[in-house]
Amino acid sequence: MLIVISMVTFGIFFVVPQWAGATPEALASRYVGRAATPETVHLVAERLGFNDPVVVQYGRFVKGLFTGAEYDYGAGVEQCPAPCFGYSFISGQPVWPDLVDRLPVTFSLAVGAAIIWVLAGVSVGVISALRRGSFFDRLSMGTALAGVSLPIFFTGMISLVVFSYGLGWTPPGGAWTDFTVNPAQWAFNLLLPWITLAFLFAAGYARLTRAGMLETMGEDYIRTARAKGLREGKVVVKHGLRAALTPILTLFGIDFGLLIGGAVLTETTYTLPGLGQFAILAIRNQDLPQVMGVVLVAAGFVVVASLIVDLLYAVVDPRVRLS
Amino acid sequence: MTAPLDVSGSAAEAHPESVLAGAGKAIQGRSLSRIAWMRLRRDKIALGGGLIVVLLILVAIFSGPIIAAFGHPPLEFHQDAIDQSTLLPKGAFGGMSGEYLLGVEPVNGRDIFSRIVAGAWISLLIGFLATLLSVVIGTTLGVVAGYFGGWVDQVIGRLMDVFLAFPLLVFAIALAGVIPDKGFGLEGNGLRIAMLIFIIGFFSWPSIGRIVRGQTLSLREREFVDAAKSLGARHGYILFREVLPNLLAPILVYATLLIPTNILFEAALSFLGVGINPPTPTWGGMLSEAVRFYTLPHFVLFPGLAIFITVLAFNVFGDGLRDAFDPRAR
Repeated sequence: MLIVISMVTFGIFFVVPQWAGATPEALASRYVGRAATPETVHLVAERLGFNDPVVVQYGRFVKGLFTGAEYDYGAGVEQCPAPCFGYSFISGQPVWPDLVDRLPVTFSLAVGAAIIWVLAGVSVGVISALRRGSFFDRLSMGTALAGVSLPIFFTGMISLVVFSYGLGWTPPGGAWTDFTVNPAQWAFNLLLPWITLAFLFAAGYARLTRAGMLETMGEDYIRTARAKGLREGKVVVKHGLRAALTPILTLFGIDFGLLIGGAVLTETTYTLPGLGQFAILAIRNQDLPQVMGVVLVAAGFVVVASLIVDLLYAVVDPRVRLS
Repeated sequence: MTAPLDVSGSAAEAHPESVLAGAGKAIQGRSLSRIAWMRLRRDKIALGGGLIVVLLILVAIFSGPIIAAFGHPPLEFHQDAIDQSTLLPKGAFGGMSGEYLLGVEPVNGRDIFSRIVAGAWISLLIGFLATLLSVVIGTTLGVVAGYFGGWVDQVIGRLMDVFLAFPLLVFAIALAGVIPDKGFGLEGNGLRIAMLIFIIGFFSWPSIGRIVRGQTLSLREREFVDAAKSLGARHGYILFREVLPNLLAPILVYATLLIPTNILFEAALSFLGVGINPPTPTWGGMLSEAVRFYTLPHFVLFPGLAIFITVLAFNVFGDGLRDAFDPRAR
């Protein structure tokens, strides 16, 4: 699957611009700047291989990812260690270290929010299902429906207006402290983004959990479990919830993978220096190597997350056995 | 979809709903859509959502006359409504008055009401057309995968997996960011609208495709398909005349639920500055301009509420529609 994604990404960002009229020289001129003479531009295009057939360029790109690449720029040879995503058009820096720098921010954001939304969403869903039709059920499902209808950049802005600029409880957008520097400050800065992001996702999880629980709690084995005289809490959690957990896990795998790949909207709203912001900047600057890098890393996380979820199925669902 | 049964006389007990409706009435066979309509009519919340959806569509269609009657042209600057020393709107609540119903924007004094009404047009246009595109792609591929099975199903199923696990937002942003200014005989925002419809529609077909494929898998085994086959019907005939009509209900439901997702998608792209270019008013674009004016809550609130109400109305209506068409629901 990563192969498909890398091919599609490569196709779109390297081949389409060339169809649209960007010559190899035009691409090369993005590296050397406007002041360069046409001869220099031509030479660079030749060195970077923009004149080669598409398949050769793709092959070289993939090879760079695994074994690193060498760029011969005339006066010497530049080493680009694996995984080599090439060099930024704008800064001339290799793309990979920049990506690695920004990963902790997005990772912190995603993990914190995920913990909150899973706990909140699943427990609200379970209680709603158990007390179907009650005031709590109607209130929480109404809130959940509103939650899935609210764009994060709107709730995020409102939360900033109210809690940061109005009440002054939380730091304004853009505050980021590394976990290793000061864990308390780290959590405090991220509190607002976590809650806002979690609210958005918790809504969907509550709806899904409720639907699943309503279905499983009507099953025969639940009656059997009750007939055995098990405590109600045990029936609900070990027999009911466990069976309803599989679709939630599937959704979680996708959501979490996508989130690590770039919480673009959240990071833009709170101006957090993570991968999502990196992606937006790269796109604004039309910095193709950076765009390529961030899309591939994002896709990679989705794949890894779904792999982990596949393994977790075996834990949750006893019918699935790892072979 | 024809009537599942043609009840007459004493068969009333076979049809619980007709009992509910009152015994003694003349009993007719009801089509599924008729039953769904009856259920929907009882669901007041869903009807409310549907009513708001209809209103929004009317507002979008008649945005020109509405703006002419209640506001100022959405692109017109009103320096007289702006305090020139602070560049903020004059008067309380962001300059809200009979003249400017929802106040004016800071700095240039554009009428927020007009811009929101004009933004409805673009949001709904993209929401509907992108959904139409994903329904066409999703239904075609879903039916083909479900009906033919085998390697065709394998290939299309894989494709859906790849699409569902794609970092769509990052990708769509990247794609929308490289839209040229001219192409396909269109220019500027006309081209951008067309491209956004294409990008959003193209990325959201798998959700419909999955549902259609699943439904087709079970329809394929039904007797009427066997009957058509044994009468010598061709694949095309079976797909379009036998299978597809039975898929209309789920397609309608999930299309209704996809429209709000697509509206949010467009708003997100415009918010990030890769959707529709300013000065053309869009809700997402208005929010991204409002980012710089945190002290003016009205500037943030109105476009955000417009998105929220629209999306919520579609979601509520779609949920009601799904419950109404669900044969398992009571």
